[in-house]
Amino acid sequence: MRPVSAINRFGWGQRESARDGAGLSLRDWLAHQLTGPDTATFRGVSPCADGLIALREQRRTKVQGDPLVKPIFQGEVATQMDTLLLTDQPFRERLAWFWFNHFTVSLRQGSTRAVIGAYMREAIRPHVTGRFSDMLLAVMRHPAMLMYLDNASSIGPGSVAGRKSHHGLNENLARECLELHTVSPAAGYNQGDVTSFAAILTGWGVDMKADRPGFVFREKAHEPGPKTLMGQTFPEGEDGGVQALHFLGTHPATYRHIATQMVRHFVSDTPSPASVRHVETVLRDSEGDLQAASLALADLPDPGPGGGKFRSPMDYATAVLRALSVGGEPSRPDDPHSPAHQLTSAFSTLGQPLWTAPLPNGWSDDAADWCAPADMLARADWAWRVAAHVRSGDPMDIADIALGPALRPQTRTAMHHAGSRQDALALLFSSPEFQRR
Amino acid sequence: MMISRRTALLGLAGSWTLGRSSLAFAGSSGGPDDPRLVVVILRGALDGLSAVTPYGDPGLVTYRRALVLPEPGQEGGLLDLGGFYGLHPSLANLHGLYGEGQMLPIHAVAGHYRSRSHFEAQDYLESGADERLDSGWLNRAVAVLQGKANRPDGYGLAMGLTVPLLLRGAARVGSYAPAGSQHPDADLYSQILALNAHDPVTGPAFRSALKARGFSEASRMDMGAPTAPEKSRKPDAFTRLSTAAGQMLATPHGPRIAALEIGGWDTHAGQLGRLGSPLAQLDRGIGALRQGLGESWKRTVVLAMTEFGRTVRINGTGGTDHGTGTVAFLAGGAVAGGKVGGTWPGLRSSQLFENRDLAPTTDLRAVAAGVLCDHLHLPSRAVATVFPGPAVDPMKGLVVPV
Repeated sequence: MRPVSAINRFGWGQRESARDGAGLSLRDWLAHQLTGPDTATFRGVSPCADGLIALREQRRTKVQGDPLVKPIFQGEVATQMDTLLLTDQPFRERLAWFWFNHFTVSLRQGSTRAVIGAYMREAIRPHVTGRFSDMLLAVMRHPAMLMYLDNASSIGPGSVAGRKSHHGLNENLARECLELHTVSPAAGYNQGDVTSFAAILTGWGVDMKADRPGFVFREKAHEPGPKTLMGQTFPEGEDGGVQALHFLGTHPATYRHIATQMVRHFVSDTPSPASVRHVETVLRDSEGDLQAASLALADLPDPGPGGGKFRSPMDYATAVLRALSVGGEPSRPDDPHSPAHQLTSAFSTLGQPLWTAPLPNGWSDDAADWCAPADMLARADWAWRVAAHVRSGDPMDIADIALGPALRPQTRTAMHHAGSRQDALALLFSSPEFQRR
Repeated sequence: MMISRRTALLGLAGSWTLGRSSLAFAGSSGGPDDPRLVVVILRGALDGLSAVTPYGDPGLVTYRRALVLPEPGQEGGLLDLGGFYGLHPSLANLHGLYGEGQMLPIHAVAGHYRSRSHFEAQDYLESGADERLDSGWLNRAVAVLQGKANRPDGYGLAMGLTVPLLLRGAARVGSYAPAGSQHPDADLYSQILALNAHDPVTGPAFRSALKARGFSEASRMDMGAPTAPEKSRKPDAFTRLSTAAGQMLATPHGPRIAALEIGGWDTHAGQLGRLGSPLAQLDRGIGALRQGLGESWKRTVVLAMTEFGRTVRINGTGGTDHGTGTVAFLAGGAVAGGKVGGTWPGLRSSQLFENRDLAPTTDLRAVAAGVLCDHLHLPSRAVATVFPGPAVDPMKGLVVPV
């Protein structure tokens, strides 16, 4: 039988009503979530182009505040948070957020508020069970990434626009793509490769003036001539970039890097070489099939209760609210009391505000970054406040659903002796076993 | 009756609670002469034998020598309630009210249900039934009274907090809690600390965080030691809520019914040292209610009730476990007090409920119904609506005849 710890590790915390495919083995249960279509339905959202139009109008009219972009953003948050709370494909959902974090776009720079929700739905989600190199290409062409990492303003110094304006390369996207998204420094590339890759990507930008704003290849900003990246030569033009990304997206060093990231996210802060090798081999043999690689994670030894991953604030808050069966009716985007809003305000309270990673390397996957004294106290206090609102049901049932056999006898006893539901649930959510998945 | 956990949450809007006490109002405002009712839920099971001690029963010492306080008149002794019972010395305000004829403990009460689960029993206590209902008996009483007086719905003060099941239901009620520190109290923190003590990651983190907050691990370790005398300090959460409740109930067109709750009663270990503090809080709270109500105190009944009592025998850790019969308190200017109500069941082993608990002789619903009928003038035919299930015979003589 699947241990609850594994279900939590691969998902977002057990929810009473979740269809968990009882009777399936762990691997079959995971496969079941990936082989069928994505069941998430996003209400009231619109394509990236609409976000760009809103942004363009705001800039054109110089209005105060954020009147056009704000509703788009709030709508994205509401429906994507509802999905997180209610999903019956928790593994797929975790993979989507894992890849979002791998290809981080943050609200902290680049005016990404108008497009960040669309980025998740358009560039990340469709490729979670597809090929890594396809996801990479979708990400690198998405306006959110081009805006976030400044490529939209990178100009080949030898291009028409470069010679005229004396503007030049912006290496930001090229460097992060090599370092974080694909081969990683372990591949041994040098500054010349970074510069060269930046030149390859010149011209990849966002056309804000079009009827349907979006990705554009600007010939005039593109650095002319073939370029060499890590010993490979790529032709001038948009296709040179596509080829370079395919080269990077299928590179053995990339497979090793993303295998390491996946094992780190799903199994342990310190992945064992054997585990990494297992996933890496699957990636290499399948030409970067993320569905196969994701399922290969189920082959790895289960670290067992207490040996698993420490929950990030996002993990933790989601698991608490899922354990309490929060959510159901669609969240209204402007309703500060909606389940979606409760979830995002918890992320902020606990130190991981939604879509605001400080740097392009995304949120940390290390316990050490989430377990500071103030963090733990914030969790206990928040859980206790949330638990005040639970007015029915047996806390032990909630504990059994949330943790199953991972619930320690000591916690069970403390909960039994608690004088109120609120205290019992606060103890559950403050127990060391609930801090892990 | 089964309730899906999907309905478990009221919605997390306005997460306002304060310490372990909270307050919610129901309104049916008419005029200044309206009767007032305050119900205090003591969550966690108050040990009735320690709050109102039957020192005249020789069985007491047999079972409880280590928990029994000195008899009235001695140093640190009980406060006498007429020669057989003594009030816990932390309940000085209540003792004063007793002397004024405004306090009526009723002993050996229990709800009609028999459950030793806090959560079930609190649900039943508030539902006023032997099962969990979607509404509380106080709300159903409010609904009847509002209908009777033809008052518009929604007269309750709405000021933001979770409403206990007791007051939830068809009649609209408001809620209020002052802004303030919203975090667990020291006792719960120490339990959280204990749960994490041996964890290499969370243990040191919680220790350090709580130390920074000025929390001392020793506070829980000195179980069994007598409670230190209360220092003068800012009022605790329950007292502040009680003051606010009293003031709001006193306003000419304010709410007329309020519910408060206070925890800290679940004394499984070191009961002697741990019970004084919640009792003193309750006592101060009732004093604050009186002060807040002012002139309206004379038209007020306060009912303090708990979900069940505790075992007559002491357990292995100087505490008591979940039991059955316990005490309920009525206080207020409208209470016909100055005596101890109820029927004493005795403490011989054959007299105990299941040879373990104080045997209940009074149905707590009858106490509540008696107050509703004689104080709030709930029509007697409505009693079955307020307390569905086994028939309730409202207790007589609990309030001063108007």
